[in-house]
Amino acid sequence: MNYHKFDVVIVGAGGAGLMAAMQLAHNSSIAVISKLYPTRSHTGAAQGGVAAALGNQEEDHWKWHMFDTVKGGDYLVDQDAAEALTREAIDAVYDLEHWGLPFNRTDDGKIDQRRFGGHTRNFGEGPVRRSCYAADRTGHMILQTMYQQSVKNQVHFFNEYLMLDLLMNDGQACGVVALCLRDGSIHVFHAKAIVLATGGYGRAWRVTSNALACTGDGMAVAYRRGVPLEDMEMYQFHPTGLYKIGILLSEAARGEGAYLLNSEGERFCIRYAPTLQELAPRDMVSRFIVQEIAEGRGIDGKDYVYLSVTHLGKEKIDAKLPDITDFARNYLSVEPYYEPVPIQPTAHYAMGGVPTDIDGRVVMDEQNTVMPGLYAAGEVACVSVHGANRLGTNSLVDLIVFGRRAGKHIAQKWLPEAEFAPLPEDAEARAIEMVEGLLGRKSTGVTQEAIRQEMRDTMMDNVGVVRDEQTLLAARDKIVDLKDRYARISMMDTTRTFNTELMEVLELGMLLDCCEATVAGALARTESRGAHYRRDYEKRDDANFLKHTLAYQSETPGQPELRYKPVVITEFQPKERKY
Amino acid sequence: MANGKDTVALQVKIKRYQPEGKAGGKAEAYWQEFRVEAEPRDRLLDVLNKIKWEQDGTLTYRRSCAHGVCGSDAMRVNGRNRLACKLLVQDVGRRINIEPMLGFPVIRDLVVDMDPFFAKYEKVKPFLINDEPLPRTERLQSPEQRERYDDTTKCILCGACTGSCPSVWANREWVGPASIVNAHRFIFDSRDRGTPERLQILGDRNGVWRCRTIFNCSEACPRGIHVTEAIEEVKRAIVYNSNEVE
Repeated sequence: MNYHKFDVVIVGAGGAGLMAAMQLAHNSSIAVISKLYPTRSHTGAAQGGVAAALGNQEEDHWKWHMFDTVKGGDYLVDQDAAEALTREAIDAVYDLEHWGLPFNRTDDGKIDQRRFGGHTRNFGEGPVRRSCYAADRTGHMILQTMYQQSVKNQVHFFNEYLMLDLLMNDGQACGVVALCLRDGSIHVFHAKAIVLATGGYGRAWRVTSNALACTGDGMAVAYRRGVPLEDMEMYQFHPTGLYKIGILLSEAARGEGAYLLNSEGERFCIRYAPTLQELAPRDMVSRFIVQEIAEGRGIDGKDYVYLSVTHLGKEKIDAKLPDITDFARNYLSVEPYYEPVPIQPTAHYAMGGVPTDIDGRVVMDEQNTVMPGLYAAGEVACVSVHGANRLGTNSLVDLIVFGRRAGKHIAQKWLPEAEFAPLPEDAEARAIEMVEGLLGRKSTGVTQEAIRQEMRDTMMDNVGVVRDEQTLLAARDKIVDLKDRYARISMMDTTRTFNTELMEVLELGMLLDCCEATVAGALARTESRGAHYRRDYEKRDDANFLKHTLAYQSETPGQPELRYKPVVITEFQPKERKY
Repeated sequence: MANGKDTVALQVKIKRYQPEGKAGGKAEAYWQEFRVEAEPRDRLLDVLNKIKWEQDGTLTYRRSCAHGVCGSDAMRVNGRNRLACKLLVQDVGRRINIEPMLGFPVIRDLVVDMDPFFAKYEKVKPFLINDEPLPRTERLQSPEQRERYDDTTKCILCGACTGSCPSVWANREWVGPASIVNAHRFIFDSRDRGTPERLQILGDRNGVWRCRTIFNCSEACPRGIHVTEAIEEVKRAIVYNSNEVE
């Protein structure tokens, strides 16, 4: 066994993981485990910006930002968390600037800000310039800047290690077990604190903006060890993915003035959301698109509409939206200067995840009982700041604010009092069983490709922008069937060195567990709220469902135990959501 | 990812290296040909995935974002370093030769050891150096000052430039183009104060002067960074001991 001991082990080297590392690198022994080289993390694909009420372009206040976050999340947001997010966003953005992040600038040299969906002035009056940005590659700049700071602070990385298990003992988190891809060895990391910062699971859907690496590892590993998953039914479809491929075209395009057009050349968003129009929140715009398509106004009668920037002019497009227009050129052979770009909603972001409090501590039940030593931050976590629907530019804020809060809590509150809990006996047993079970497998004819495709199809067709009982039951049966076949999956590659087939099969197993919790939460939530839209229950039902779902893995595949916990409401009482 | 109309038959030759040996044989590099149907707008990465998932699960390469921003899948395609996820079938022809990038130790098939690459990157102090007291809000920087180093902020550290450079092939100790790009990004950032240190590092015998201005790096860059120009700007900064020369 390969044994390592650190005060803190952070799993995941995207924005949240590296931000946590920055709080700890000076005075504790820390390790960051990542299944990729850190700069490959999916934070780098974020485009549009990071929201903070700096007020550089016009009057703005964190409380307006908080209100927008709560309303945008269809009131499923925990308001104490939204307050922390929006207040601290301001200093966190200044931190990034001080570390060298190359933000675009105003004429007087301040950080430039632009409009984004659902962000308003004065509690909904009209759009506000709140998104701090670096062209349409803000996530890239955040990831690079954080990695640069990690180099400066000599953070110890274990690159290309895939987490397989989470260890808890004596009522405390005490380590993780990981597979070293390069030689296939199993490593046990013993620690006083673990931070899960492994990102989302968008690869469960057929059309997705997510990287191949986004396979819900942190969620699945925790779920298998008895940690609940919160609000997994709240999964965001971004309105503007490149047709069929799903690559994201940032909301920044609409923030800069782009139109959405149906087959009649009509800006249909105006009909649905007269005030914010194309800048209505994502859950709504995705539904507008699906509705237009359902009513026969998709382009050529097909399942897509147009995103058009032609009226913005070359200069603005090149300065503000260079990357996304390149994607349209490269992947669809469309020239956005002159032609509209075919788009459709694409699976994008998990509002749900591993439940935490506002210090990033993982909580295990409806009483918010903390699991000492276990933290989560970023997309893997559900604080919940995004509720039923995340606003654009709030994910990068989430990473930096809650990555920072988790790191600070560990440094200031947990490490001074914490001891190492002893590792459980046979700490690596479960991970070894998983790996050896696969590598020793005889050919069974069950391929990972068939399971993967069927999973992605069922999630897309049955657990997409619109759901109902029938589609969700079909998805549940399919996931149960796939889990059963997964237990008999075949391997073509049984070697140890950089076995990416092994990695993909392990990741597929993680995705199936995430799907299970998602479908179960969606079936039980017989209302429509935010991204969770039930055709058979079209209204929001605050009397019965103003509460968070907690899904615990059970003995019965497809049927986790569901419990519920109340939403924290401090300032803003639920109201009807109009834009 | 199907979005073209008709499929085309591809002959894909891949340079393989299986360190644990092929079917009991010893570990040697060899070429293997695969035949695969693809659509014109499929990415080369889609083609590789198709081979891996349907024909040969042992085929090994890195990938993640699949749209040219994470930098995982740089490889040598028909003699040129490309990102497999940016290159479309319609742009590459029906006979495709794929091999790992040159100048890097090969771990398995198309997967190369990136550790030496990142070690060189770290040498140039790729982080903002400025010990002046921090303002309460942001440091100011004019749009013109920001524009000065814009090009080199686009680097995704994929290694395509470094792996295309004959000077790197000849001397693996050389710092290489990607590291210089990342030094450039700070040398020309008005907020940075580390220029003297960086110029000293890049002025030594494994610094910028081993660049022979071959322009392979600029051609290889999937982000369109003018790599050779950036190197030239750093050379001028060293000669004039200033980052203000134009």
